[in-house]
Amino acid sequence: MSATPRLSVRNIRKSFGAHEVLRGISLDAHDGDVISVLGASGSGKSTFLRCINMLESADDGDVIVSGEKITMKTTSQGRGAANRKQLDRIRTELGMVFQSFNLWSHMTILENIIEGPVHVQKRPRAECIAEAEALLEKVGIADRKDYYPAHLSGGQKQRAAIARSLAMKPKVILFDEPTSALDPELVGEVLRVMRDLAAEKMTMLVVTHEMGFARNVSNRVIFMRDGLIDCQGTPDDMFGGQGSPYFQQFIRHMETENDAA
Amino acid sequence: MDFAFLYSTMKALLAATPTTIGLFSLSVFFGGLLALVIVTMRVSNNIIARNFAKGYIFVFRGSPLLIQMFLVFYGLGQFGVIRHSFVWPALREPFICAVLSLALCTAGYSAEIFRSGLRAVPPGEVEAARAAGMSGFLLLRRIIAPIALRHALPAYSTEIVLMVKSTALASLVTVWEITGVAQRLISQTYRTMEIFLCAAALYLLLNFIILQALSLLENRLNRHHRRPTERKPSVMNALFGARP
Repeated sequence: MSATPRLSVRNIRKSFGAHEVLRGISLDAHDGDVISVLGASGSGKSTFLRCINMLESADDGDVIVSGEKITMKTTSQGRGAANRKQLDRIRTELGMVFQSFNLWSHMTILENIIEGPVHVQKRPRAECIAEAEALLEKVGIADRKDYYPAHLSGGQKQRAAIARSLAMKPKVILFDEPTSALDPELVGEVLRVMRDLAAEKMTMLVVTHEMGFARNVSNRVIFMRDGLIDCQGTPDDMFGGQGSPYFQQFIRHMETENDAA
Repeated sequence: MDFAFLYSTMKALLAATPTTIGLFSLSVFFGGLLALVIVTMRVSNNIIARNFAKGYIFVFRGSPLLIQMFLVFYGLGQFGVIRHSFVWPALREPFICAVLSLALCTAGYSAEIFRSGLRAVPPGEVEAARAAGMSGFLLLRRIIAPIALRHALPAYSTEIVLMVKSTALASLVTVWEITGVAQRLISQTYRTMEIFLCAAALYLLLNFIILQALSLLENRLNRHHRRPTERKPSVMNALFGARP
């Protein structure tokens, strides 16, 4: 295992008003790690993910990407990144896939995918288009490149969103409940793309409720409870009964939910 | 029907039409620019800027345009500072006074229209742009402004049409645009009905052309709401080429 973790998060804390959502979370991800973050709703897992690329700014703690720490400063407006250029650059190394896709509605799928590479990374347009077409092929929606997001199904939109984040050639991709907004029959096509990425050794941090993905695809499972990491381990250990009693209760609950459905 | 008279009236009014178009286009252009400044202040975090913008919008939306125009035309000259400054040669001109007051007024309305457009930009799409490393002007230019424009355009079209009609007020500060010339003709001939009907027809024609252009633009910008099969070849495509 390489010495410097690709992504290192140190002691993140975050409160919304009087409510402390994150109470000190640390995590290291090395190249090729696929880490599933599980937890009941309200346990802070989405907020944690959003603190990593500073869509929320943590009240305390550090984020270190490829050994480079995001510099922070505190002003009257609160705590935030000290250097916008550095933050923008580091954000291009951290892809993000959202629960509600968030494709840019006024652009076609192809335009969505080349937007970052062309306008943020300033790479040649022709090269970006060729890469985007290959990515669309890979996620299985090459025939939809000239469509607008409004004309795609949820599963297609999420696959387009994954392609959009891959186009930036990120070092790590953060997935924020990528299948939670999808109709059940569309979940599989998105999980399949994510499984392929994991097989290609993409470093991924996945907030999810998909127990199958956590158990079969990830190499580490983190269970969050009340703003803290309650327990973590390999999927075999965690699902083999070695997690905390809270985790055991959580997976029993998720299984009965699935059975009921 | 006195066609000869209608013809000579139309000819006189058409000669005044460039003045109307000049009033309209200059005031929409400068008013639009000013509106961008006002809306930037209105949504900024700076409390002074925000309150100044609120006050500006309140004053220029809340008082009659005609009074604003009289204040600019008759009022400003009372101040020695202005009369002796370099702007006086310009402010002595009725045309410039009319453009100035029209622009100041439409800026107040347009700023609010632009703000409603900004509010309609989905936060998630802005977050996605930030997560991709966009910020500042790039984020505004590529994501926020195009989406806000699409939301603001229908209301802004209405404002533009209102501006065409508002130029008629400039006749009261001695600008010889369509309405002013019409009134002069009436005072010479006392044929109110024919002359005002001709003037109204000209305004209708102007607005018809402007609305057609705006709806073509709106149609083109809203392609993402239509299914791909509904896309038809349009004038805009012919002029600017089909985008992918």
